Amino acid sequence: MIHFIKKYTALILSAAFTFACTPQRSNNEAGGVMNVSNAASKVYVAPGNHDEFYAFMSGGFSGQISVYGLPSGRLFRVIPVFSQDPEKGYGYNEETKPMLQTSYGFVPWDDAHHPELSQTDGVPDGRWIFINGNNTPRIARVDLSTFETAEIIEIPNSGGNHSSPFITANSEYVVAGTRFSVPIPNEDVALDQYKEKYKGSLSFISVDQESGDMDMAFQVLVPGYDYDLAHAGKGQSHGWVFFTTYNTEQSNTLKEIGASQNDKDFIAAVNWKKAEEYLAQGKAKEMPASYYNNEYSDETHSATATQKKSVKVLIPEECPGLVYFLPTPKSPHGVDVDPTGEYIVGNGKLSADMSVHSFSKMMQAIENEDFETTIDGIPVLKYESVLDGIVKQAGLGPLHTEFDGKGNAYTSFFISSEVVKWKVDSKEVVDRAPTYYSIGHLMIPGGDSQQPFGKYLVALNKITKDRYLPTGPELAHSAQLYDISGDKMELLLDFPTIGEPHYAQALPAELVKPRSVKTFKLSENHHPHAAKKENEARVERNGNEVHVYMTSIRSHFAPDNIEGIEVGDKVYFHLTNLEQDWDVPHGLSIMGANNAELLVMPGQTETLLWEPQKAGVYPFYCTDFCSALHQEMQGYARVSSKGSSVALSWKTGNK
Amino acid sequence: MKTLNNTPKVLKISGNLVLSLLFSALMFGCGSNAGNENASTASDNTEQTQENTEELTEELTDPMDNKGVGPVDHVDLGPIDVTMAAEGKVIFEENCTACHQLEDRYVGPALKEITARRSPEWIMNMIMNPNEMVQKDPVAKALLAEYLSPMANQNISREDARRILEYFRSVDEVK
Ligand SMILES: [Cu+2]
Repeated sequence: MIHFIKKYTALILSAAFTFACTPQRSNNEAGGVMNVSNAASKVYVAPGNHDEFYAFMSGGFSGQISVYGLPSGRLFRVIPVFSQDPEKGYGYNEETKPMLQTSYGFVPWDDAHHPELSQTDGVPDGRWIFINGNNTPRIARVDLSTFETAEIIEIPNSGGNHSSPFITANSEYVVAGTRFSVPIPNEDVALDQYKEKYKGSLSFISVDQESGDMDMAFQVLVPGYDYDLAHAGKGQSHGWVFFTTYNTEQSNTLKEIGASQNDKDFIAAVNWKKAEEYLAQGKAKEMPASYYNNEYSDETHSATATQKKSVKVLIPEECPGLVYFLPTPKSPHGVDVDPTGEYIVGNGKLSADMSVHSFSKMMQAIENEDFETTIDGIPVLKYESVLDGIVKQAGLGPLHTEFDGKGNAYTSFFISSEVVKWKVDSKEVVDRAPTYYSIGHLMIPGGDSQQPFGKYLVALNKITKDRYLPTGPELAHSAQLYDISGDKMELLLDFPTIGEPHYAQALPAELVKPRSVKTFKLSENHHPHAAKKENEARVERNGNEVHVYMTSIRSHFAPDNIEGIEVGDKVYFHLTNLEQDWDVPHGLSIMGANNAELLVMPGQTETLLWEPQKAGVYPFYCTDFCSALHQEMQGYARVSSKGSSVALSWKTGNK
Repeated sequence: MKTLNNTPKVLKISGNLVLSLLFSALMFGCGSNAGNENASTASDNTEQTQENTEELTEELTDPMDNKGVGPVDHVDLGPIDVTMAAEGKVIFEENCTACHQLEDRYVGPALKEITARRSPEWIMNMIMNPNEMVQKDPVAKALLAEYLSPMANQNISREDARRILEYFRSVDEVK
């Protein structure tokens, strides 16, 4: 008995020790200065209240955008962009399949890196968000009134679309620089002819200010390097876009060594206003190409894939003043322009220093023709002539910089796992905060615009290690939220994310909320297969195609009994959701269907293609819990053998 | 004729009231937990719907005296406007026939002679404001308890609700 009590006491003691110890340990991890209750109250958003900011994070290899509230870190939406999504039927239903059409066929996945909000006068305006597909070069536009992907354009003459889709101050263009140089046009060329035959391309995609419609306006052919990231000029530098480039060595094997030889690589400065002049003068070459531009319509609730056959190309040698190279040490990754448009920060990821160029010095150097040399018609400006100053030895592995609008810059350091705050004019380091761990991009709401909303900073980390409950070897990538309203950064929260988020952008919720679409009007539904009232519900046969014109409303489908389908038929369920009430979607799923469900918004029509393989009776039902009688929202489709004498018939109730 | 029709209805509704109270209590308990229909419609309305206990215990009188809950407190009825009734028929067919038929019980009640059973204000409020009606109006509550499927809010405008009412009047007068 005494023995037992002793053991028990020891247990209590050890438990007390553990409990006392655990929170302290996590405090230490957070830098030892975290005021827990203060931090908790700063991220607490009471039930029923809305977050102040929408944060849009790229899904990385999930091919999607996930939408989080700030400061709560709550996930409230995943927007499928380049990847099929069974939750919403995106990329599975007949209406959205064309969105994923490319010149390589149907590509149901991509690696989505950099969300970029549309801007007016250099400030996010809440209309659209763009994102790149890095793997099969594409750019998508998501409409923020519906949080749905509205358009995807493929980028021709490109091998990997990484420096993309950074936007100009009035959303005139989004850009797409190629990560890999390739033969242009792409053809069968020996890999050891890289230096002679491979080229890069910088694409400018125009954006219609009314509809958001994207169009491939022009491409600039550039030397065969790797184009990494970009940012548009603003204020005085409006009219220019800056792209970082590494591998000026033009290595094509064991690049980690080959592309790290040169002391300096470049920032390519492209004058797009000059490009417009050259286009107007007819200086562009029409080059044969093949790429898709896919658009989704909220009137027909359907996407159309259109193949494009040519692209306008500008050659720097023929267009003086179009492109300049700014030497920048060493393999620069991020290139970030401060809110005034004067400072261009090149983050040399293999350099301990960060080079800050001056736009006005650049203009002066161009005027003075302060050129080191010229490459393929592109003048290389003298480093000393364009350099404003250096942020010396601030950390290891600088990647990206964002701004708070108060003269401060915040740079992520991948190798030393920290955020460093420094003054843009004096280049003086004023604060630093650890991240957990290996930060890639960082984001301040509006932090790459002319008027950052400031207040918060989000670190997007690559490694999580011991921060969360273990879930096997792979752990969720973490986002960390810092309060930057004071002199010192304060870590408030970390939360897991989806895929491997690269960049993120955020804006005040008030810019988006008033524009939110609540239902699609049935009267404006121009889907060719819509059934806009229940007495239009019917089934039609056309050869081996069976078209079911189906309606749904709480809590039934019409028709809900279908007979006369035969093995070998292609059955198209065109489901129109007759609801005109906010937030009442209906789903449709069929036993054994080889794609996904439908999830149809109020007033919308979507189509599920079903090809039953054997005779039998197949239940179908609504997947979205819509009312007290949701479970009863179901029906049967009977499938008979091929050539059977069962007549095609259908009913809802007795009709 | 009205009185004759109404007497048994009142009795039936009173009998169902206990059931309806139980049911709505259930719905509310469920709503706050599961964030279902009730919860989402509550956040839909700008002013939070408050349960009024007096309303719950209210004795039902002639339903024709009940104007319901919603934006419509008075309707001027003239002679039947044939044009309006025809417009109302189209709107009714587009928005309502998935659940209502004139002659037969379907998902919701048969609507023939609705104008003899309910006041014009009640009819319009039920069309325009079904979420709040099934929470606050004793007749609508009793109907929900009987039919269980809450009436879909089809976001019908006041003008269109008036046209539907005119269509109901035209049907009831002709037959
Ligand atoms: Cu349903």
